[in-house]
Amino acid sequence: MNFHFNEEEQEILDMLHDFCLKEVAPIAAEVDENERFPEETWHKLAEMGMMGVPMPEEYGGAGLSYLNYIAVCEELAKHCATTSVMVSAHTSLCCWPIATYGTEEQKAKYLSKLSSGEWLGAFGLTEPGAGTDAAMQKTVAEDKGDHWVLNGSKIFITNAGFANVFVVFAMTNKELGTKGISAFIVEKDFPGFKVGSHEKKMGIRGSSTCELVFEDCIVPKENLLGELNKGFKVAMTTLDGGRIGIAAQALGIAQASIDECVKYTKERVQFGKRISQFQNTQFQLADMQAHVDAARLLVYRAAQAKQDHEPHSHLAAMAKLVASETASDVTRRTLQLTGGYGYTREYPFERMMRDAKITEIYEGTSEVQRMVISGWMGVK
Amino acid sequence: MNILVCVKQVPDTTEIKIDPVKNTLIRDGVPSIVNPFDGYALEAAARIKDKNPDTKIVVLSMGPPQATAALKECLAIAADKAYLVSGRTFGGSDTLATSYILYNAVKKVEELEGKFDAIFCGKQAIDGDTAQVGPELAEHLGYPQVTYGLEAEVDGDMLKVKKEVEEGVEVIGVKFPCLVTYTKPAWDPRYPTIKRKMAANRAEIPVLGDDAFPDIDTTRIGLKGSPTNVKKTFVPQKKTGGVKIKEADNETSAKVLFEKLSAASII
Repeated sequence: MNFHFNEEEQEILDMLHDFCLKEVAPIAAEVDENERFPEETWHKLAEMGMMGVPMPEEYGGAGLSYLNYIAVCEELAKHCATTSVMVSAHTSLCCWPIATYGTEEQKAKYLSKLSSGEWLGAFGLTEPGAGTDAAMQKTVAEDKGDHWVLNGSKIFITNAGFANVFVVFAMTNKELGTKGISAFIVEKDFPGFKVGSHEKKMGIRGSSTCELVFEDCIVPKENLLGELNKGFKVAMTTLDGGRIGIAAQALGIAQASIDECVKYTKERVQFGKRISQFQNTQFQLADMQAHVDAARLLVYRAAQAKQDHEPHSHLAAMAKLVASETASDVTRRTLQLTGGYGYTREYPFERMMRDAKITEIYEGTSEVQRMVISGWMGVK
Repeated sequence: MNILVCVKQVPDTTEIKIDPVKNTLIRDGVPSIVNPFDGYALEAAARIKDKNPDTKIVVLSMGPPQATAALKECLAIAADKAYLVSGRTFGGSDTLATSYILYNAVKKVEELEGKFDAIFCGKQAIDGDTAQVGPELAEHLGYPQVTYGLEAEVDGDMLKVKKEVEEGVEVIGVKFPCLVTYTKPAWDPRYPTIKRKMAANRAEIPVLGDDAFPDIDTTRIGLKGSPTNVKKTFVPQKKTGGVKIKEADNETSAKVLFEKLSAASII
């Protein structure tokens, strides 16, 4: 199995690389330091058409392959993990479920503005008491005849402070458990909806992670996304795709960390030698690169399977598990190789190590990925 | 508005390295880019189009067939149409012959695209650095010209051009049709978009070849039609690093400087 980008896809990635060098990399440290959401980058990426890479052209997207989109997430993460997750949460978790489960009216109203990047999207599933156990939803949606009323709260919602549209999950029938969850499209200005407190995080500090609060929030009848009580499926299939985006983010962080480390070790002299001349450095970096490349194959395979509409839950889970754990391992090891300098904020290594950790946690922890994989294997 | 932007494909000089042994330019693997000043000219046109959406931007380049890549880059950024002037008889042209060929090309493209209200060029190409082709083209056309433009806006039947001068910025109004050459403004040109990039890849770029201009005076084009010739090219001698004088205080530094200059019999 081989993955390659055709000439045009490669040109688009080169174009993004060029953009990242000029617009993303120079502000990555500042965005992290000041916990500042890089709003300007969102608008610039929108201008270029990068906010809806795999979305259909008729709804404002670029109509490119999922693999191409994944490569976009990876490239962005090489320069700034915050920027990468801004794009992937928007595209994978908000555009995709609307494109897949939305009615024509919903697609016309929301997807066009989201895919073009005029609007930013977010996804609200996690609650204080419903993390990995996503079925334990406390947010409820009541049918009031011509509209829905939502009550409850969501936490750790990526892009929340800047998003215009949220795909939100709520119980429509408490007795039915996961079969009583439905998905809704909520606009930021709906009455009774507000964005709550902003989380202070270890990594991806520029990412706008907030609480969502629903207090008798009025949602129009037509904003039910997908079928009534079939929201859990919407959430799970959305996350299958989202995980590939997070896996790509992990790849980007890991690769950038290796690339920076190679540069560093070729300059740093100790005991009269460049530290790249020591076998320990050479073997460590060789190991790291081999692992990142192995993870990349898993990630691209999952993306290709999704593109081809093949079963990919387990492939996405394997990709995310391996890529995220590789990213954490690699960033820890590059920091060790760069020593005291790597530990300072003068270098990007400590930021990459902090950024890498989240990829093992969000959109399903590594433990969830293992559950998905072992479930697929039939190990019960 | 109908705007023509003239562009040149040049080697990316920031990527050129000098062979330390032979002291010659290493041309292998040096990427070709759109001359940055021409990029500013294109951006100036795009900014006019932002305000006047019915504006048409046509790009024109003279060069070998591979210069289509530069034209495609312009299409991916902001241009609506592109034309390439490419032929054996045009090879070796100096600035005067080049501008004469471009003058003929402008006339030819106008037959297809309508008359141009304004022609925008970069102030100079980063490979030749002559800054002559733009002004010469204006002379051939008999158009008023503004050089060292920073940005321009349409003001009735005039183009209002901000022009860089030593003391600051001068605003010049110039009647259409006109020619403006651009220098580096405070802002960066826009990025290409995915959609434009894909459309540019599919775009057919017409080539105006040797036989495209039946009325051209062949004694004024190519190597033979060029009054200037390159006698020799050489890489200037590497300058050795200067001397830094940084004593404890300014007074001592000045003294050291004086002693050095005096010892070298400069003062």
